[in-house]
Amino acid sequence: MAATTHLSPQDIEDLGRELDLIRAEVLASRGEQDAQYIRRVIALQRGLEIGGRAVMFAAALPPAWLAGTAMLSLAKILENMEIGHNVLHGQWDWMRDPRIHSTTWEWDSASPADGWKYTHNYVHHTYTNVLGRDRDLGYSILRVSPEQPWNPVYLAQPLYNLVLAALFEWGIAIYDVEIERVFRGEKSWDEARGQLRDMLKKILRQGLKDYMVFPALAGPAFLPVLLGNLTANVVRNIWAHTIIVCGHFPEATKTFTAADIDGESRGDWYVRQLLGSANLSGPPALHLLSGNLSHQIEHHLFPDLPSNRYAQVAPRVRALCERFGLPYATGSLPRQTVSVWKRILRLALPGPAATRAPAPTTGTSPEPVARAA
Amino acid sequence: MLGIRPLLASAAATLTSPLTPDDYRAALNPLWSRNQPSGRVTAVVPETADAATVLIRPGLGWRQVTAGQHIAGQHIDTGFRINGVWHSRTFSLSSPPGRSDGLLSITVKASADGLVSRHIVHALRAGDTVRLGQPTGTFVLPAEVPARLLFVTAGSGITPVMAMLRHLAAGQRMPDVVLAHSAPGPSHVIFGPELRRLAARFPTLRLHEQHTRPAGGNPARLTMAALSALCPDLPERMAWVCGPAALVDEAESHWREAGIGARLRTERFHPNLRTGNGQGGRVRFARSGRETTASADTPLLTVGERSGMLMPSGCRMGICHRCLVPLTEGRVRDLRTGVEHGTAGELIQTCVSAAAGDVEIDL
Repeated sequence: MAATTHLSPQDIEDLGRELDLIRAEVLASRGEQDAQYIRRVIALQRGLEIGGRAVMFAAALPPAWLAGTAMLSLAKILENMEIGHNVLHGQWDWMRDPRIHSTTWEWDSASPADGWKYTHNYVHHTYTNVLGRDRDLGYSILRVSPEQPWNPVYLAQPLYNLVLAALFEWGIAIYDVEIERVFRGEKSWDEARGQLRDMLKKILRQGLKDYMVFPALAGPAFLPVLLGNLTANVVRNIWAHTIIVCGHFPEATKTFTAADIDGESRGDWYVRQLLGSANLSGPPALHLLSGNLSHQIEHHLFPDLPSNRYAQVAPRVRALCERFGLPYATGSLPRQTVSVWKRILRLALPGPAATRAPAPTTGTSPEPVARAA
Repeated sequence: MLGIRPLLASAAATLTSPLTPDDYRAALNPLWSRNQPSGRVTAVVPETADAATVLIRPGLGWRQVTAGQHIAGQHIDTGFRINGVWHSRTFSLSSPPGRSDGLLSITVKASADGLVSRHIVHALRAGDTVRLGQPTGTFVLPAEVPARLLFVTAGSGITPVMAMLRHLAAGQRMPDVVLAHSAPGPSHVIFGPELRRLAARFPTLRLHEQHTRPAGGNPARLTMAALSALCPDLPERMAWVCGPAALVDEAESHWREAGIGARLRTERFHPNLRTGNGQGGRVRFARSGRETTASADTPLLTVGERSGMLMPSGCRMGICHRCLVPLTEGRVRDLRTGVEHGTAGELIQTCVSAAAGDVEIDL
């Protein structure tokens, strides 16, 4: 980890302690205001969903189609990002509300919540950006690090990424089944078959609702409603994909090897989360619609703190980064999106040579890092 | 025959998937939910300096689920939101079944270290939402009311008995009742004025107030000997005893020794828990993968709730068995007896079991 060679083990332990302190402070101060926040977001989402579907019944009129589709797209985005993702992380479990709890929640996404909680909460959040361990690193189809050996199939990866964006929820659902681990013999066919069955059941249910029942209820407006629902799902997919790739794939984010995490301490883990994630700067609406994954760094440091608190702790995390001379990658949404695409385009081609320090004994100087104003 | 209702329900479930129709019902009005039946507080009426009665208008969902199933003397699970967190506790209903205004009431005494009881007595307001379970429990009046009854209560142990007395009074026929109630002084008697009025109204209701710390007098507990003296026909009466553990324990041995144990019904509201000796350990929740540490004397129910788990719960004193969870690994200590036990698959009462070393439970 070249970016950290200037830090002694003591520094890293100190940093870890400071971050633990921030976490403990938030845990101790969670209360009614936070609870009210998530209840309001949920009420807003339900209102948008009901409103959007109601307006869509008049979809024969183009303005109604547009309004309905926009409301439903927003509802689906909120449902997946600020609500679903965060509830499934257990961020709201402390309220002990059976309606808003990671063990009871199911979301409007093709992935059944149970499988997703494993691949996301456990695999991705534990092994963030570790090649060969974090399956989210390139989602098994993209080459996002020079250490991934090049192969001619990656030539078309800009196209794969576009297709993945449009079909994101389906991509994630299939990816959660971990077919490649079945081929490698690390997972049984029985387990994968069970997961596939659950996934199909869920996809059918979701599809039946969006592409059969609601259009049929609209009678003559069957086709416009179907197209509106399809549009809302695709808009949500593209948005979710954009936010998520901006969290881990901008050029400033680091990737790691299995050797890097050998004997990793709590402090080391924090540092890896910091270096492997990037934030998005923007207005409050961006934070809400991104599910506060615009604070990807804070989310990766503290995955189970309520999302409404990330903005509050972000200045302190950033100050710590400055104090310890660590990069804090952040940029606007357009800038980070361009950065991700540059990386995907560049790595579609062979090379470049891996710049990684092969062993801790090689004293390289800290790499230049992106720091937005 | 395929009913129209299940058909409609499944159509509605398709429209609301992946949520349930009940999620939307609750979003429109929490009182309509059937999965989390609730009620709205209409008033909080002080009874004594540290006790209050909460009047609750049950919502549509609760009325649909409960369908009038309530016997005087039963208790009910209630859920209160305190600083954003739901807390559930069981309280006796102090209201009789089928009150003409449709309200329910619980009567709660604030205990010094009781987060929930203090909230109810001092902070709960009209308009607040309360989650409501179904009335349950066997500390009730039988359908065929016996001719002679004895109630022995202390402190807030009067609440289920109050529901029974109100029920009897509402029916305009009071059988031969002796009520012996202990409280520190006259002003500490929960429902004091109402009890005295009832005794004046019904000659067949004899009220004995035992003031255990009378002003200017000597402390005087209600002993079993004193009880026998003031109720000479005690063996012939059907008896209900509700109060602190010491009172209930004494009554149980007295009735047992007299060979009339079958005529006694008791209800406790505090378990006799021992402080832990020995070690706690790591507690793992197998299904959710959560892990935490537990001390030797913290019930696993509390341990789970503190870590944000949705723990099934009920009476919180080892009686109702609604907190049962399968143990998958390790051993637990029964906090009432101090006995360690546990085999894989055994259902344990989390409210009175603490970790004896590392344990894993199936939640």
